[in-house]
Amino acid sequence: MKDQVKDLVEMTIPAKAEYVGVIRLAVSGIANRMGFHYDDIEDMKLAVAEACTNAVDHAYQGTSGQVQVAFQIYDDRLVIQVTDRGNSFDVAAVKARSGPIESHLPLTSLRERGLGLHLMETLMDAVEIDGNDGVVVTLTKFIHGDEVDRDVDSPAKTQTHR
Amino acid sequence: MNVSIQEKSDSDKVKTLIVEGEVDAFTAPQLREKLMPLCKDSREVYLDVSKVDYMDSTGLGVLIGAYKSLRANQGRLILVGVSPRLSRLLKITGLAEIIDIEDGA
Repeated sequence: MKDQVKDLVEMTIPAKAEYVGVIRLAVSGIANRMGFHYDDIEDMKLAVAEACTNAVDHAYQGTSGQVQVAFQIYDDRLVIQVTDRGNSFDVAAVKARSGPIESHLPLTSLRERGLGLHLMETLMDAVEIDGNDGVVVTLTKFIHGDEVDRDVDSPAKTQTHR
Repeated sequence: MNVSIQEKSDSDKVKTLIVEGEVDAFTAPQLREKLMPLCKDSREVYLDVSKVDYMDSTGLGVLIGAYKSLRANQGRLILVGVSPRLSRLLKITGLAEIIDIEDGA
């Protein structure tokens, strides 16, 4: 029964930048326990931090709030869900702007933000964003990514539910 | 979850900043505060990242800001001691194409 959540770990942090590091430590601990390789763990730490940072930056815009992080542990994968109940955003518009830096573009068009989603999509096996009521980002990483049969393309496809 | 930043002036126009620790949403503002003033009137800014164990898009954003500021005055941003991990992120984001990377620390 590969499709049953074996264990669930839930954490709630204040929507403040200084707590994102705590979530990275949790990712590291849980993924390590599950037997992920070092590089995959580092990838997940970064992707989850990007999701949390987005929540901290955009969700509450100065007002206090919380970010919930749920780690769903399966036999073959780790699914991490980052939820905030703050401002929703236009997922389609953000996705349209997502991507690597294009070196042929003029200096002034270089963005200092907006690389987060691109990193998440590249580093995870699947990324799902639901922007209806607050924002829910669901990140999936398979253990031994290459050996497991999976129905997602690489780099990850983002599915959007509006 | 901390960062430490040390400045070394090689000359008036050539500066080195040694960064150590984790550069994330919490610590990136400290890096920006130290780095941006150097970019205003330097010809070359070397950023030694050999002791950086973690950097995410907020840190990369600071690098982009520094690069833009330096380029506006024909200056250069040079990364020194880039780990395989950071190198991968620079490639994924396309930053490796625009920022100078020097081998060895």
